[in-house]
Amino acid sequence: MSTSVLLLGLLVAALLAFGLGLSRANALAKKGDAHLHSRAGYYGTYLALWTLLPALIVLGIWSAAEAPIIRGVVSAGLPENVKALTPAEQSLIVGRINSVARGLPRLTPEEFETVRKVRYGFTTPAEAQRVLQERGTVLGSAPEPYVIAAAYEQVELLQRSRTMLTALIAALALGGFAYANWRMSPTLRARNTVEAMVLTGLFLASTVAILTTVGIVFSMLFEAIHFFQSVSPLSFFFGTTWDPRFSAAGSGSNTSGQFGLIPLLWGTLYISIVALLVAVPVGLFSAIYMSEYASRSIRTIAKPLLEILAGIPTIVYGLFALITFGPFLRDMGAHIGFEISATSVLTAGLIMGVMLIPFVSSLSDDIINAVPQSLREGSYGLGATQSETIRRVVLPAALPGIVGAILLAASRAIGETMIVVMAAGIAANLTLNPFEPVTTITVKIVSQLTGDLEFNSPQTLVAFALGLTLFVFTLCLNIYALYIVRKYREQYE
Amino acid sequence: MLKMPNLEVHQPDAVKHDTKVSAQDVNVYYGEKHALQNVSVNIPDRSVMAFIGPSGCGKSTFLRCINRMNDTIPIAKVTGKIIIDNQDIYDPSLDVVQLRARVGMVFQKPNPFPKSIYENVAYGPRIHGLSHSKADLDEIVGASLEKAGLWKEVKDRLNDPGTGLSGGQQQRLCIARAIAVNPEVILMDEPCSALDPIATAKIEELIDELRQNYCIIIVTHSMQQAARVSQRTAFFHLGTLVEEGNTTDIFTNPKDQRTQDYITGRFG
Repeated sequence: MSTSVLLLGLLVAALLAFGLGLSRANALAKKGDAHLHSRAGYYGTYLALWTLLPALIVLGIWSAAEAPIIRGVVSAGLPENVKALTPAEQSLIVGRINSVARGLPRLTPEEFETVRKVRYGFTTPAEAQRVLQERGTVLGSAPEPYVIAAAYEQVELLQRSRTMLTALIAALALGGFAYANWRMSPTLRARNTVEAMVLTGLFLASTVAILTTVGIVFSMLFEAIHFFQSVSPLSFFFGTTWDPRFSAAGSGSNTSGQFGLIPLLWGTLYISIVALLVAVPVGLFSAIYMSEYASRSIRTIAKPLLEILAGIPTIVYGLFALITFGPFLRDMGAHIGFEISATSVLTAGLIMGVMLIPFVSSLSDDIINAVPQSLREGSYGLGATQSETIRRVVLPAALPGIVGAILLAASRAIGETMIVVMAAGIAANLTLNPFEPVTTITVKIVSQLTGDLEFNSPQTLVAFALGLTLFVFTLCLNIYALYIVRKYREQYE
Repeated sequence: MLKMPNLEVHQPDAVKHDTKVSAQDVNVYYGEKHALQNVSVNIPDRSVMAFIGPSGCGKSTFLRCINRMNDTIPIAKVTGKIIIDNQDIYDPSLDVVQLRARVGMVFQKPNPFPKSIYENVAYGPRIHGLSHSKADLDEIVGASLEKAGLWKEVKDRLNDPGTGLSGGQQQRLCIARAIAVNPEVILMDEPCSALDPIATAKIEELIDELRQNYCIIIVTHSMQQAARVSQRTAFFHLGTLVEEGNTTDIFTNPKDQRTQDYITGRFG
């Protein structure tokens, strides 16, 4: 049986177990010779979990392990001359075996027999190819007898494995149910057990994210170390020339190009600064308006509208920058006499700034709202106007939180990819002129990894070193921002 | 039945000061709710007037009318007249900001700004341009802290944050902050409700001293406190002013049954 059918069966079994547990607990309670430890529902859940979980765990492990094991057994049975082939050719043959194996179950019994005869030489391989093709399995060439033999073996193994799995699952579900049923008594601490199981589930869910992060860091770290074996860290971190020399890739270590981080870092920071110069004043002013001046009706409309900005995919911003805003800036510049490139620091920075406005304004708005009303009243009570109160009391009180919000926005800006890919350009310039194109770390990661490349040259491995640098950079910013925000919170709680 | 509490009412020389604040038919509405109904009262200068009454009786609402603090609540609507020195404070020609400099306020919970002690006191004078030099400002800050009885405790740490003081000190800092802008009237909204008895005693002593120069109006939940610090007392109940008179008379010989019931602890 397939995994999904087994899963469905297990769920039905668990439901049944729940019902049985519930009615048994109710019966125990009605007998009245002892007080039930937990409410009846917990006994039902206890039974259901014991029926479901052991079987589910085995099902998961088995389903994951099944395919690789079968593949190993089948390829071990291949003829010696096939085993002598290169890994690439072998994987082609495995692909053919898989195609035939997928096609076999779709055949009628007679056709199945016809194809089986190829194995013993009674029918030609071309005949087998024709039969398979009629049932929707298209093969490039007639299958060799050993391919058909392997496919048959694979199908048989799979069937056997499925039978075994079904039996095992059924046994485990029944066993789990029987065990839990035997344990059931008025003194069973069902609630505690159920809650402990739920707690474990919650814990596992939270570890998924953490483990993923750790995994990402390690995979980046190992590839970056790989990179630093061919390029010295000194020339990477302090080099001022970015010239990876794609044409020379793989033609010897002497022409491996230069991988200077500085131009990319400069481009990243320059664009981020321009973006923050837009986002911080606009975001902050809109936050002040929203939290201090806007009437409730304006606030309920304007705040969600502003937050919609945060929901626009960044590639849409990028498109807007590339198609509309960049050319517009270029034409404007031509009118006034500036030479503005369509992809430039200014284009990318301004559009990214617009993207960041909701981050700054939404966070600042929350922070300004958290400043106690009593401080405002104290200031009004001394004859201060509303604007004096905002400038001299509310903003200073909210400042640490606002700085935290700005730092979070900055780390967004540094890690932002799509807008800069489309609007900043790809030339690694080290320039102060905001009208010229520059490039950023993220853009280079994208461009180093697109196309047909081997994953062992410095040209591609540099992407991991860049990614790791970026990760460490934004991580530090985020930690600093969180530290500031937390320090601020303690002040008023 | 409870007996009349043994209140120590000290009644100095009979109050014969001019009226400083005069309210005439003041009504306050919070949206649909009629929070304060037809309150008329005269409050004398250079003395302490106490507003007492059960929670929600409108005494704080009325207090907040006197410096138009209710303006900051969008749904509040005030009718009637409040006259300070022959001027109606709800007259549109009067700037509320100027009014609040003349009518200082101390709040229930001490609310020092998250700034230094010095900056807290200097805040008002700076806004209103009361000083022309640093020396002037130092003078004002020092004198205000002195008047608030806080100078000795903080003179060596004027640059420390105001929020680092104890609750009682913070409240005296807020009083110093209010005094620094030279108000004529000081409103106090339950200024001791968040303080311990010792800090409360200090604030009460301070109120007694400040009465020499200011018209003080205090809202309090403690009848003992009203008896100790005030010369006149007004009793509010369910949004109306029930009775108003010399503190001694209110506590020893109330005219209204509801006042009698409240001060003997029958409700409230």
